[in-house]
Amino acid sequence: MKRVLITIIFFLLLILVWAALTGDLAFMGIDIALWSPYVLPPPSTVGQYLWDNTLNGKIPLSMLITLRRLLIGYAIGLIIGVPLGMLAARFRSVNDTLGMLALGLQALPSVCWVPLACIWFGQTEAALLFVVIMGTLWSVLLSTQNGMKNVPPIYARAARTMGSTPLHTLVFVTLPASAPFVVSGMKQGWAFAWRSLMAAEIYVSVVSGFGIGQYLHYGRELQRMYQVIGVMFIIILVGLLADKILFSPVESWLHRRWGTGKE
Amino acid sequence: MIQEKLHEEIHNYPTAKLSVEHVCKDFITNNGSVVRALDDVSLTINEGEFVCFVGPSGCGKSTLLNIIAGLEKPDSGMALIDGTPITGPGRDRMMMFQEHALFPWLDVIGNVMFGLKQKPNLNDKERLEVAKYYLYLVKMDRFAHANIHELSGGMRQRVALARSLAPNPKILLMDEPFSALDAMTRERLYGDIQDVWEKRRKTIIFVTHNVREAVCLGSRVILFSPHPGRVREKFTVNLPRPRNINNHDLADLSQEITSALKGYTAAESD
Repeated sequence: MKRVLITIIFFLLLILVWAALTGDLAFMGIDIALWSPYVLPPPSTVGQYLWDNTLNGKIPLSMLITLRRLLIGYAIGLIIGVPLGMLAARFRSVNDTLGMLALGLQALPSVCWVPLACIWFGQTEAALLFVVIMGTLWSVLLSTQNGMKNVPPIYARAARTMGSTPLHTLVFVTLPASAPFVVSGMKQGWAFAWRSLMAAEIYVSVVSGFGIGQYLHYGRELQRMYQVIGVMFIIILVGLLADKILFSPVESWLHRRWGTGKE
Repeated sequence: MIQEKLHEEIHNYPTAKLSVEHVCKDFITNNGSVVRALDDVSLTINEGEFVCFVGPSGCGKSTLLNIIAGLEKPDSGMALIDGTPITGPGRDRMMMFQEHALFPWLDVIGNVMFGLKQKPNLNDKERLEVAKYYLYLVKMDRFAHANIHELSGGMRQRVALARSLAPNPKILLMDEPFSALDAMTRERLYGDIQDVWEKRRKTIIFVTHNVREAVCLGSRVILFSPHPGRVREKFTVNLPRPRNINNHDLADLSQEITSALKGYTAAESD
């Protein structure tokens, strides 16, 4: 409880400093306003923007559009990445070919795919998805492979003496045994997918729907920094929520069962 | 009736005779030289016998156990169960390892159920009853839903024992299962394993490098010598059960076996 309180006070202080430096506290006699509101808008303007656009439905709609793209791209990345990672862990030839390719492409920030995606797919949903998949796939593949390789061989031996067939061992022993690694890889993949989608939405304008990233882009075009900052808050919020809703329950279950590091 | 089927499942004690005939096994070390782990090893283990393999490291006792388990294949010769050659792992032989090898993603009862799930003639409800019975047998029934990491080392080996016993194998193979435990826990488990053997009369092969442990548990102690791995001597232990590891007669007999062991290891290093 005390720790939560400290966290809340810290963030309130940050906002207070921001408010003080942008003239929001003028009514209290603190009228510093170091920067023009075009450079750094006060929290009140950002709050007003967020409030208005939530009520008129623009922000909820853009969140919906963005989340849809994210989930589809992420799911495709997982569906391709996890089995390929398993193959790379199992077969040396796959590791030496596909594994090396994944290692190389993982080093490439996914925003680098934007020019090609626009040429190949035009300004469409497919271009956005392509960038998200390229951002997710390789890291998911590599962490799945790593997870499978880290399974202690004694588990498979024990299973075999209990009459488990190779396929049964793969599904009921190797897969669950590698779960902690695979889940942390999926989490990392999610973070990559989120970053990729924001980059793609900022660079690629599509008519099929305005996502959050596109609002940020137009905020820049129209010199509306309050919009830019407001959208940044939403991006942070969505990222945090996804982490808490999607991964925290799974991770805490894993920690409880395995008895691994908990703070 | 479920009850009858369960009764049959639990109160039927299958056991088997095991024979090892002229088994040889070589290993190639990292620097390319060939090490003979087992050199023309032959022995017979009767139904329901509790046999301990003893010897210094490198004498091939664990290799022989792995061959009987079907996890490794001999270069020549063969191991047979009731006259049938062993070609791979099977449910008639269960193995316990030095590390407990319990699955951390399952709870205690889930682990015991794992081997049972491979048995086709039972339904899930019957399997659960059988699993509970074996947890009770190793005195772990109160911890059925505990996570593995919450158990002590001794409790983990007890669960591993229940997991090996649950599918009702004919032969139980134990590869230094107590060597990672502290002395107090180990002494309690000596009592427990003898108790289980009295009740279930499985054929048990127990591998250890501790002579005292072997004399405490085995009806017979088979002594291996290293480089190359061979059966050196066989001792019959006629002490009354349950045996206590601190018993005088037991100490005398282990003294005798230890000096035999020292005799030929010293002769070889000369």
